[in-house]
Amino acid sequence: MTERIICAGFGGQGIVTLGKILAHTGMLEKRNVTYIPKYGAEMRGGTAHCMVIISDNLISSPLVSVPDSAIVMNLPSLLKFEESLKAKGDLFLNSSLIKKETERKDIRVIKIPATEIATKLGNKQVANMVMLGAYFKQKRMFFEENIFIALEEVLNKPELLSINKQAVKEGMKEVSEKYISDL
Amino acid sequence: MNNKNSRRILVSGNEAVGEAAIQAGCTFYAGYPITPQNELTAYMSRRMSETGGTFIQAESELAAINMVFGASAAGARAMTSSSSPGISLKQEGISYLVGCKLPAVIVNMMRAGPGLGNITPAQGDYFQATRGGGHGDYRTIVLAPSSVQEAFELQILAFDLADKYRNPVILLGDGTLGQMMEPLTLHPTPYTLHATQKPWAVTGCKEREPNVIRSLFLKEGVLEEHNKKLQKKFAEIEKKEIRYEEKNTEDAEVILVAYGTVSRICQAVMEKARRKGAKVGLIRPITLWPFPYGMINKLADLKKKFLVIEMNYGQMLEDVKLAAEGKSKVKFYGRGGGGIPQEEEIMTELLHFSLS
Repeated sequence: MTERIICAGFGGQGIVTLGKILAHTGMLEKRNVTYIPKYGAEMRGGTAHCMVIISDNLISSPLVSVPDSAIVMNLPSLLKFEESLKAKGDLFLNSSLIKKETERKDIRVIKIPATEIATKLGNKQVANMVMLGAYFKQKRMFFEENIFIALEEVLNKPELLSINKQAVKEGMKEVSEKYISDL
Repeated sequence: MNNKNSRRILVSGNEAVGEAAIQAGCTFYAGYPITPQNELTAYMSRRMSETGGTFIQAESELAAINMVFGASAAGARAMTSSSSPGISLKQEGISYLVGCKLPAVIVNMMRAGPGLGNITPAQGDYFQATRGGGHGDYRTIVLAPSSVQEAFELQILAFDLADKYRNPVILLGDGTLGQMMEPLTLHPTPYTLHATQKPWAVTGCKEREPNVIRSLFLKEGVLEEHNKKLQKKFAEIEKKEIRYEEKNTEDAEVILVAYGTVSRICQAVMEKARRKGAKVGLIRPITLWPFPYGMINKLADLKKKFLVIEMNYGQMLEDVKLAAEGKSKVKFYGRGGGGIPQEEEIMTELLHFSLS
């Protein structure tokens, strides 16, 4: 098994945290992982993305040019990465901010109103965790226990742990209610 | 970072290099911030205060390398780190370190140039690192890790080699390696602490003859004798310290040659090409100086072709050509200015080269 993921959004949406938790969960599952942020002079409002690979094999190139899955949090990210997604790949869209439909017909689209769900929980900053929950539920590759351990170990703000966990759970619920379907 | 052995932790290359320095007994760090190696400076600021070492954010790169000079002369395991433009500023200090036979570890997480360039990854400092970099005809050992785990291990080795040969060692990574996170297994410390036996260090000369650390030799013939000793040391390093990784070279028709991050992309290309039945191999120099001329020369005798891939416009290429001595074909593909050679691009080059 090798899963190549691109996470993308604007600076401040927690893309880096999202990627780190993904990689950390993979590591807890005793798999090989790599995580590369698109580092730069990025700031709140700029674009941000990161590449994560989770694999049972040794990972040669840590770069992701054709992702198996993409988690996109805003429109510019969709425009940038929808082309590159692998055929039959999974596209996770934050439908609160992305109203455009994808041009691709050969992929599975999982629309999650992440920003709305996060706002209802009381902090729109946790939209990334809603997307993460949706991803985990859809992929069914990880033990739920490890996901929450990773969350705890990566987030270093204990006072925000509870709302982040809740956001992941909401994301999971969103998928189990609506989206699980095969191409 | 937690010191429990055998536990895997997810860290960036920068942090792994910092922890390795601590594990190797480094007690002095001076540096000046520059992306993409800032996490290393930040890590050292925290860990040095935890372990009782000294951390100094210097006023400039020049000050930092000279602080390292002072700490090393006094017998400490000392290091500095920076990225390309900052490493250029340190060259005078590195030349003095070599001239004075002082050990030091210098980490360069390369970014794209020339000039201030930008903060994206590159391998444009190969010549600077392997040819001495500063004035006066000298060498520094250059180690080129390709993963977070290897960055940790080679950084520990760097301190050992520096002390063993009383010479600066450069750990040469690129921005990708510095920023990339991978699981790291912390070993029980495998280093040997030469730091306790430095009879040459200037530690106060009460009841002994004073030690003198200098690179200035004005008396006729003295400098030439000094340089002969340095050259003898470099020859010994060339004999004993060459390290590389070789994969599938026995039956290969084309051998990819790459180091650092790029070698991993080439590894992926080799695997794909092999699945299609193409006889492709890979050589990954781990020491860029001393360079594995001898083994490449032997493969050139067998008429194997070499395709050199770099994140620059052809630097290690020259070493591969020197090694091949015109006995077999050497071709190059590279990108600079932050461009990273992609698997598909390398595959295309490989295909054309195989048919040529």
